[in-house]
Amino acid sequence: MIEFKDVSKIYHTRQNTITAVDKVSLKIGNGEIFGIVGYSGAGKSTLVRMINSLEPPTSGQVLIDDVDMTQLRGKALRQTRQEIGMIFQHFNLLWSRTVRQNIELPLELKGVSKVQRAQKAAELIDLVGLDGREDAYPSELSGGQKQRVGVARALANDPKILLCDEATSALDPATTEEVLELLLKINRKLNITMVVITHEMHVVRKICQNMAVMDSGRIVEQGSVLDIFRYPQAALTKEFVQEEVNPETEDTEVILDELLAKVPDGLILKLTFHGEQAKLPIISEMLKKMPEVQLNIIEGNIHQTQGGPLGNLYLQLRGNSELLEQAVAYLKQMRVDMEVIRSGRSK
Amino acid sequence: MADPNSLASYFDFSQVDWQALWTATGETVWMTLFSVVFVFIFGIILGLLLYETTGKHSAGAFILNKITAILVNVFRSIPFIILIVLLIPITKQITGTIIGPRAAMPSLIISAAPFYARMVEIGFHEVDAGVIEAAEAMGASKLQVMWKVLLPESLPAIISGITVTGISLIGYTAMAGVIGAGGLGNLAYQDGFQANQNAVTLTSTVVILIIVFIFQAIGDFTVRKIDKRSVA
Repeated sequence: MIEFKDVSKIYHTRQNTITAVDKVSLKIGNGEIFGIVGYSGAGKSTLVRMINSLEPPTSGQVLIDDVDMTQLRGKALRQTRQEIGMIFQHFNLLWSRTVRQNIELPLELKGVSKVQRAQKAAELIDLVGLDGREDAYPSELSGGQKQRVGVARALANDPKILLCDEATSALDPATTEEVLELLLKINRKLNITMVVITHEMHVVRKICQNMAVMDSGRIVEQGSVLDIFRYPQAALTKEFVQEEVNPETEDTEVILDELLAKVPDGLILKLTFHGEQAKLPIISEMLKKMPEVQLNIIEGNIHQTQGGPLGNLYLQLRGNSELLEQAVAYLKQMRVDMEVIRSGRSK
Repeated sequence: MADPNSLASYFDFSQVDWQALWTATGETVWMTLFSVVFVFIFGIILGLLLYETTGKHSAGAFILNKITAILVNVFRSIPFIILIVLLIPITKQITGTIIGPRAAMPSLIISAAPFYARMVEIGFHEVDAGVIEAAEAMGASKLQVMWKVLLPESLPAIISGITVTGISLIGYTAMAGVIGAGGLGNLAYQDGFQANQNAVTLTSTVVILIIVFIFQAIGDFTVRKIDKRSVA
């Protein structure tokens, strides 16, 4: 388990002092993929570098399985770092080494024999799907392939933790998917704890179970990805969730306005489905029970998260007020999260 | 014998003592190669020292950096011909002589090593900081970072730097030759200029040019061979 206990990082420049990380406390369980989201400058890079002590905190403790990283020095620190892999936004491969030699570097540093190094590198090349490219130089690889080398290199020492510093931010969407799939596969296969920092909610939604949102060095919100997507609290979180879940919100609102203008009656509802609910035919059941209700679907979407599917549906219901009340009651009975966006006039 | 003031005198190759030319060429090549090896070693050590002590907060590193920087700047700035004269007593102490190729070594090395050290330092600073961070994250020690990352990743700069330094060293050996270090500079000055034999001067010049071109070609070829930063 990784545990931050009241950690702060303060930089002093000639003019002023900058608090990059401000009294952060956080627990990350073994084997989970934990996402830290925030805009650039929020302090997430500094926070993740405290885990391997590249950026030791000014105050507070960083515990990994109850070992305080802030107390480690010299050889003990270097040995602990070997158990923590790290991948980077710009891959940080050595251009002077081939794929195989890059992957072998951490093993060379550790003093592993040549035969064992070659064997381990071959396994990892296979794991990340780079067979046939082992003798290529980084300059001959695509971005996605470079990050695969980065992943393989980070796994060379069989780490128990993998730190991902904006690992997909320099990649195009298709390649991002591939790398995220690879990270998920590795997490499941090797049960490595992963700490993923990113400014893309998409990344968190796709691979993380738990997450934290950072702003100006502070954690403004943390919890399970599903909960945060469903009930974001802080303004910043809402902004991030909105961007990811519903990038067309503004369009939807325009459509809603138009609809209400055209048909100034009926009820506009936003339904949120999650988990097993998203798979049930709740709406069609409702229509079977109340065939007089007129239903118009304005917009809908569904996303896969590590906590299960999560869906939003915007509906316009028309009918007499009694019918509409019944429909709402039915949806409530089915435990659908419901928000009345506009309760237009009823006939 | 041709009139030493005529252009034709350049081509009166009967003046050239080919045996002496061969010996002088050998001396020049020997002086250059030998000093290049020492300059390479000292330059990299000094360059590492400059690189490692730059921008550090500890007082020790700061002082070390300033001392190294001052020494490097001073010796880089002294004109070679003056340096060689200035160093005569030290040369005598180290080599036991002040004449011949061996005597030229201390001044050649002392003048070129600081110059090369600066180039090495610049090469190190050009290594991607992210790559060094990656190595540190892997648990690399300071020495391992230098040996496994810093040196290999800056190798093209190190090699092209030693090529440039080597070529100016060839020039320095010619100057050293004038005050008795032997080699082609000595030949051109004594047998060519002082004895009014223009053909000897021209031949010496051509041989020096050939040495320079060969040196440059080897350097360029090596850099092309090792530089894998762009797709071949």
